[in-house]
Amino acid sequence: MTTRTATLPRIGLSDLGKLARGRYLSPLASLVLFVVMFAVVVARYDFASPTQVFLNLLVDNAYLIVLAVGMTFVILTGGIDLSVGSVVALSTVIVATTLRAGWPMPLAVLAVLVVGPLLGLLMGLVIEYFDVQPFIATLAGMFLARGLCYVISVDTLPIKDPLLRQLGLNYVYLYEDKFIRWTVVIALVVVVVAAYVLHQTRFGRTVYAIGGNRQSAQLMGLNASRARVSVYAISGLCASLAGLLLAVQKLSGYSLNGIGLELDAIAAAVIGGVLLSGGVGFVLGSVIGVLVLGTIQTFVTAANLDSYWTRIMTGVLLLVFVLVQRVLVRKPG
Amino acid sequence: MTTPQAGPSVAPVVQMQDITIDFPGVKALDGVDFRLLPGEVHALMGENGAGKSTLIKALTGVYDIDAGSITVDGAEQRFSGPRQAQDAGISTVYQEVNLCPNLTVAENILLGREPRRFGRIDYRAMNRRAAELLGVLDLTIDPSSTLGDHPIAIQQLVAIARATAISARVLILDEPTSSLDADEVAELFRVMRRLRDGGTAILFVSHFLDQVYEISDRMTVLRNGRLVGEYPTATLDKVKLIAAMLGHELDLLEEIADTVAKSGTHAGEPVLSAKGIGRTPRVHPTDLDVHRGEVVGLAGLLGSGRTELARLLFGADRATSGHMSVNGKQAAIRSPRGAIAKGFAFSSEDRKAEGIIGDLSVRDNLVLALQARRGFARPLSKKTKDDLVRRYMEALDVRPRDPGALVKNLSGGNQQKVLLARWLITEPQLIILDEPTRGIDVGAKAQIQKLVADLATDGMGVVFISAELDEVSRISDRIVVLRDGHCVAQVGADCSVKELTSLIAGGTQP
Amino acid sequence: MIKRITASPLIWPVLALVALLAVNVVLTPTFLSIRVQDGHLFGSLIDILRNGAPTMLVALGMTLVIASRGIDLSVGAVVAVSGALACAHIAASTDPASPGTVITAMGIAMGAAVALGLWNGMLVSVFGVQPIIATLVLMTAGRGIALFITDGQIVTVTSAPFKVLGAGFAFGLPVAILVSLAVFALVGLLTRRTALGMLLESVGINPEASRLAGVRYRTIVFAVYVFCALCAGIAGLMIASNISAADANNAGLWIEMDAILAVVIGGTSLLGGRFSLTGTILGALIIQTLTTTVYTAGITPETTLVFKALVVIAVCLLQAPKFRALLSRKRRPSTPAAPAANAPAQSLSVPVPPTSAMAAK
Repeated sequence: MTTRTATLPRIGLSDLGKLARGRYLSPLASLVLFVVMFAVVVARYDFASPTQVFLNLLVDNAYLIVLAVGMTFVILTGGIDLSVGSVVALSTVIVATTLRAGWPMPLAVLAVLVVGPLLGLLMGLVIEYFDVQPFIATLAGMFLARGLCYVISVDTLPIKDPLLRQLGLNYVYLYEDKFIRWTVVIALVVVVVAAYVLHQTRFGRTVYAIGGNRQSAQLMGLNASRARVSVYAISGLCASLAGLLLAVQKLSGYSLNGIGLELDAIAAAVIGGVLLSGGVGFVLGSVIGVLVLGTIQTFVTAANLDSYWTRIMTGVLLLVFVLVQRVLVRKPG
Repeated sequence: MTTPQAGPSVAPVVQMQDITIDFPGVKALDGVDFRLLPGEVHALMGENGAGKSTLIKALTGVYDIDAGSITVDGAEQRFSGPRQAQDAGISTVYQEVNLCPNLTVAENILLGREPRRFGRIDYRAMNRRAAELLGVLDLTIDPSSTLGDHPIAIQQLVAIARATAISARVLILDEPTSSLDADEVAELFRVMRRLRDGGTAILFVSHFLDQVYEISDRMTVLRNGRLVGEYPTATLDKVKLIAAMLGHELDLLEEIADTVAKSGTHAGEPVLSAKGIGRTPRVHPTDLDVHRGEVVGLAGLLGSGRTELARLLFGADRATSGHMSVNGKQAAIRSPRGAIAKGFAFSSEDRKAEGIIGDLSVRDNLVLALQARRGFARPLSKKTKDDLVRRYMEALDVRPRDPGALVKNLSGGNQQKVLLARWLITEPQLIILDEPTRGIDVGAKAQIQKLVADLATDGMGVVFISAELDEVSRISDRIVVLRDGHCVAQVGADCSVKELTSLIAGGTQP
Repeated sequence: MIKRITASPLIWPVLALVALLAVNVVLTPTFLSIRVQDGHLFGSLIDILRNGAPTMLVALGMTLVIASRGIDLSVGAVVAVSGALACAHIAASTDPASPGTVITAMGIAMGAAVALGLWNGMLVSVFGVQPIIATLVLMTAGRGIALFITDGQIVTVTSAPFKVLGAGFAFGLPVAILVSLAVFALVGLLTRRTALGMLLESVGINPEASRLAGVRYRTIVFAVYVFCALCAGIAGLMIASNISAADANNAGLWIEMDAILAVVIGGTSLLGGRFSLTGTILGALIIQTLTTTVYTAGITPETTLVFKALVVIAVCLLQAPKFRALLSRKRRPSTPAAPAANAPAQSLSVPVPPTSAMAAK
């Protein structure tokens, strides 16, 4: 019997070359970019401890990391979730209000962790079963969440619960005097769990499959509907959790929190190599994206520039990435 | 009606009895019986609208049946979705390969059934198992490579490997060869025979009659939602098969042969003269002339550069070498607009992605090219539009005769006719047709072939591409044979299909 | 005749608008009253028209972009940049109150808008970047640029001619709404009286097929992004003129979302193709009426967003065929069990019935 070897078309590739193509290339490029950017910033400005500057990136952006992880799930299915920023705000407001109303801390936290996924579930159901575009459905979700925020309270509400204060203020020492905070630990746990789910569970593979070709996934016997609805619930859960982390970080709830945060999460994902068309990308990439955004902020602060330079630089970087990705993702021949 | 022949006295794997499916306004299937025996390749034949696709969807759980029963291995089944059908041992490979191109080969093969260890997916075991399954079919494809990096032919074989991973008792192949060249078809058939010998029942749907005759053991013919008969392939010759499928379009095919025979030789300036036209790396510099009233066929395997050459002539792709002259005068054709301005027309092989504007009406689709050429500032008057639309819909027999119908709701054959009409309305002097008869039923196929012959008789230059060599041979005045982007021969209309095949395969011109 | 009207996709926006107006009338009986004051018309309806004019204008531009299968998230940023440039020019000029200065300022602003539109068009049609990302770039950076122009401050101007666009009246009606309606009429004529509308729809439904049919794909894509940015630029001028200042932080904030909503409520699909300018106008009116309703009803402004969300959800659901089917309990006799949309188009000469995932089994 003759054996037929199917070779990749046209370009012969070594193993490393194969690995470097397509799906891994973008996040790797992002990582390289981050390292370069960070090195430049650290070299230019006198920091007492570059390591701590890096760790501070994690501390300041722990909530954004969690948010970006949730957004990654949604984008992998080819969708988008514009409601997350508002859900973050809603979470901070709910936790602050319930604590002030005398609820025990675990119950307050639970309330928050229920609201996000619930809203996400509703949006997911509308998207999946009524064929409403994700953009519109989650935009409505954004209005709803933000509106509920305003209805509950427009003031800044301080959080006085001792355990939460500990979570927010305590240092977690790694070695010497280098520290992070508990929020970072939580965020990293979320990243690990998300990576595990996406790569080691059937559900995760279904998410990727839907993003690749929804019809195929369905015809291959996977429950595409359930997966698609679930990712919005997951995004909502991450948004709730991110809200908790933010509340703990600022020790207050404020309904104007997180305006525009969803766009930061999307930018982080795009910079990290997650394709908006779905099916391609890694949570680690989104994390790198968050670090890149954080580095821009660090640079702007260190160089004493006006804060709007952050926006400009983020836009430029996004552009660079998108153009680079166009070149990389181009098919051969 | 023919009663099912007495086959081997083996219990059928699948028995469908008296299946009826209604859609609003039409009975897609009316009391159809069908059975599939283990260890056979069974072809399902019929025109578009005959009900083949509906029958398959009923068997695979995509559609509910309104009446009748489906029995698999003796047990009656009511499928509520593709998963249930798969669990019963029935798997399908559709024409549009239904896999996920962003995942690896192994992941596609085992999606939904990944081997696990301690609750985690065991990727190493997955790759190993995938390699095993591919090995059973004698395929060496790297399981960890991304599926989207492979050509369609390979993806299809991976889809079949997935089917065997499900231990399929029944494998349904719906138009698997539409995008494959002769080598790849041979490979596919080898795999099919291997599976058949192993006891799998294979249901094979294809418009390529030669292939059906080559590979199938038995056939079932449907017409207008009803069963015409079930026959061992060896007992039914082509004429009888076509008669069973249609009955009337047979005469059209004879007419075509006559029309071509009548057209004489061509003198005078060629409409199009391309010298050294090429585009690295797919098309090497090639010379091609097309005269008025001449049909030039391009023959070759997939990847031989037929479509690529055609696209160069039309300016759909930019040529990297060579030049063209139209009616004797130098012409630089760099875009479709430029080609259209010179009186060219191009009907792409991928009707769905590059041809029809699905959500627009037949009327809008028909006048699109003409309107684009006129520019947006000079819209066609309603009267002119309606006149043109009516005339061309009648001339090409587009059904249903409703100019307001959305094109996406028409059958493949009628969509192709709308596309052709779109170009004919611009009254081109040269029309390039890439696979105009692919994937449409025999009746419409014959109509289009006759149309092409008539156009040439009326003085239009035609470039005709088709994978079906007998079609190319029947219609063309001259045939250009391509292989690997080179033109290897130019032969006349008297070249037989057999000679053509050997030229394509690499033999030298006798 | 009745059937034709009820079958038109515009019925839902119209009904929604009528319902909103009815609610308003119930809450405030004088809602519909219009009186003449200071030589021009005055009343709640007039307020709706004036305040909704910028959104309406942006939504008109957005309609064409969405029809081309794109989206433009950067319009808010363009609004901010446009207002910033105009006010900066007027504030820095020697004679802020002269019509010449004002005209130059507006010219600069609109020129910049056109340039930004060309930028977006280039990214999408030449570089092939997905419209959502391409315009996200400008959305992110653009507001920063506007802040850069105003140096982070709110730039106020005192210039009578400048106020005309946003706060002035002509023929009794607000100038802003007249401008928006004029643009609506112009675009309407352009798309429906010429073949531009059909060619645009063709590009949105199948760009490659349109290109092969000889449609000027690239030109059309450039044109719609430029037009959208120009609309945003004029809207930016309206907004700056209305408050006689450039507030780069807040000008046009979330206007892109309102515009997209207006387009979708009006019946144009986000997936591109067939579009309806009238629908967009209705959608913009609905959004503005909603905001006004909340005000006049005396409900705290904080709840505006919640109402907005509910109305958006309601209209979008009503537009969704599956939801309507659910409501009217129309069940097909043989409901297919799972998506069958994968059937090759040529296998059946009858349209494949859409499957309902809600079909009870």
